[in-house]
Amino acid sequence: MSPTPYLLLAAILFTIGGAGVLLRRNALIAFMSVELMLNACNLAFVTFARMHGDIDGQIVAFFVMVVAAAEVVVGLAIIVTIFRTRRSASVDDASLLKL
Amino acid sequence: MGVASALGGQTTEQAVAAADGVFSATWLLIALPLLGAAVLLLGGRRLSRIAPVLGCVAPLASFVFAAVLFVAMLGRDSTDRALSQQLWDWFSVGGYDVSVGLLLDQLSMAFALLITGVGSLIHVYSVGYMEHDENRQRFFGYLNLFVAAMLLLVLADDYLILYVGWEGVGLASFLLIGFWQHKDSAAVAAKKAFVVNRVGDFGMTLAIMSMVVVFGTTAFSGVFPNALGASEGWLVALGLLLLLGACGKSAQFPLQSWLLDAMEGPTPVSALIHAATMVTAGVYLVVRSAAIYAGAEVAQTAVVIVGAITLLMGAIIGCAKDDIKKVLAGSTMSQIGYMMLAAGLGPAGYALAIFHLLTHGFFKADLFLGAGSVMHGMNDEVDMRRYGALRRAMPVTFVTFTAGYLAIIGFPLFAGYFSKDRIIDAAFADNLVYGLCALVGAGITAFYMTRLMLMTFFGSKRWADDAHPHESPQVMTAPLWVLGALSAIGGAGLLYLGGGVIDWLEPVTGLEEHELGIPVWAMTVIILAVVAVGVAVGWLIFGRQPVPVTAPRGSVVTVAARRDLYGDAVNEALLMRPGQYLTRSLVYLDNRGVDGAVLGTAAAMGDLSSRLRRWQTGFVRSYALSMLAGAAIVVVAMLLVRLP
Repeated sequence: MSPTPYLLLAAILFTIGGAGVLLRRNALIAFMSVELMLNACNLAFVTFARMHGDIDGQIVAFFVMVVAAAEVVVGLAIIVTIFRTRRSASVDDASLLKL
Repeated sequence: MGVASALGGQTTEQAVAAADGVFSATWLLIALPLLGAAVLLLGGRRLSRIAPVLGCVAPLASFVFAAVLFVAMLGRDSTDRALSQQLWDWFSVGGYDVSVGLLLDQLSMAFALLITGVGSLIHVYSVGYMEHDENRQRFFGYLNLFVAAMLLLVLADDYLILYVGWEGVGLASFLLIGFWQHKDSAAVAAKKAFVVNRVGDFGMTLAIMSMVVVFGTTAFSGVFPNALGASEGWLVALGLLLLLGACGKSAQFPLQSWLLDAMEGPTPVSALIHAATMVTAGVYLVVRSAAIYAGAEVAQTAVVIVGAITLLMGAIIGCAKDDIKKVLAGSTMSQIGYMMLAAGLGPAGYALAIFHLLTHGFFKADLFLGAGSVMHGMNDEVDMRRYGALRRAMPVTFVTFTAGYLAIIGFPLFAGYFSKDRIIDAAFADNLVYGLCALVGAGITAFYMTRLMLMTFFGSKRWADDAHPHESPQVMTAPLWVLGALSAIGGAGLLYLGGGVIDWLEPVTGLEEHELGIPVWAMTVIILAVVAVGVAVGWLIFGRQPVPVTAPRGSVVTVAARRDLYGDAVNEALLMRPGQYLTRSLVYLDNRGVDGAVLGTAAAMGDLSSRLRRWQTGFVRSYALSMLAGAAIVVVAMLLVRLP
């Protein structure tokens, strides 16, 4: 089995995700893009695990999923709170931390 | 243990016994006025009403006790009169132990009697003089502190303990000269006295440190017996450093400038500083350090020269001043100059210096308190050109002042006649130049004191319109009577009663008969002739013709003398201006150099950080972009490393 198509797919997904994070203002979209990047990485991990025939990559992929799930919980909570107070989900509006 | 004294270049030892019996309470001499000072200063205004009584009781009690000790000392053998009392161990550093102890011998006994006796009279006089001052409890507290510090100075048996008293005297004089600190001139004068004294103290400090190096101790009992064993270089250095200290306290050239300004204090303070405490400390120091000077001829010569210069300077300044207190201040400088000159002559002069110091204590206190009485009756006017014909208005002041006047010019049988003439004799026996200086000084003294007398008590009335001269109250005239009597008979009494003061001091100071080329009576005639010339000139100028109310311009010498012979100008040009220039350039260096470097660094960092801050836009997406760029750089770098 050649890993190239899988890795290409992973690279495309990662690029789409990265572009989404950088270009979209909506926090939810940006958040989804982050998830997309994480899953692109997962795909690469699993591909390499399969290629090398050991299980390490798959274990890391599970860890990433757990972390991503936890991140979703916290991140969505923040986004919802910001939306409630500012009536906006644009990441550019939440720029108050600068001086 | 023994205190060495120099006797014709050889060292004799007077055994020092431990104090017992009544002498074991010697510390009370110091403790009583110190207690008085503490009570008065801590009690504050509540004690205002009884402050005069409290203030007088402490030194009087001390005087009575000193008299008791004196009588007890008379009962002892003349070679067995030095007593030491160890009080407590102060500190010990390495091999250097300092224990607080007192040494009561003939010299310190004489001083203790003078300080407490004349000091008490001045306290009593102050009751009248300071009657209307609301801060009198503070005044009397400071006076008591002054007396206590001076007693510690003369009773200490260790240079370090002496130094404590020395600084105490400096502090008390500062507080008293600046007592009327609401006047700018008084505050400045106090500061000046303190600063000039610090210069002298600097010499004193170095002398004490040198003693620790050379002798390993500063106790008299450790220093004096070993003095002859030290190298001459060290002894000369010690002698000169001690002389510097003495010059500061005794207002000797070149540290004389503070004394004339010190007249800003209340008049009793001037009397106390000039007669009983403070300025006599330098003479005491030199006489006490006889063993050191015995091995340091250069330092002795320096003492004589300083004395001779000061005695002429003081006399010349006294001739030109119109302020009655400043005339007297000039005369103090001059008379202390006589004492220094005598002290510099070695064993031939030590006892004479102390003898003159005692008689000077009598007549100078008399003169100052008399001047204070005149001022008291004249609305605090000090300009003698505004006096005149006061002998009718103030008969008691006039009579007692006349006694002091006759004593200071050395009129036969008055106090100064005995003490000053002997110093002049001794000066001539040592060196013709010294003798001539002393002789000329006597003539000038006669001139300016005659001038003072004529301008104040004789001639026409030149009073201000609102002046109503009146005699002072009895509490002020009583001390005047006592001091006037002492000025009249004190000299003869000290010289001839019992064995006389010279024999009394002999075990401490040593004695060396001086040989004059001419008989003593001839010398006396010459001195009296010079004094008579001085009086006659004074009468010709100020007695025969009326005294102008405004001072005439005067000759170059007069103008110079009015300005203290440019002592202040010299200090300003040589020390103050360069000092100010130095501080200004240092401040400039500090502002521009040190601060520039520190503040410049801070400013550069601030500038840099405000530039860096622009990177922090607050936009999440730009952070994400920088993270991505960072990750990309890491990847590229890893690829670059691995590829080849």
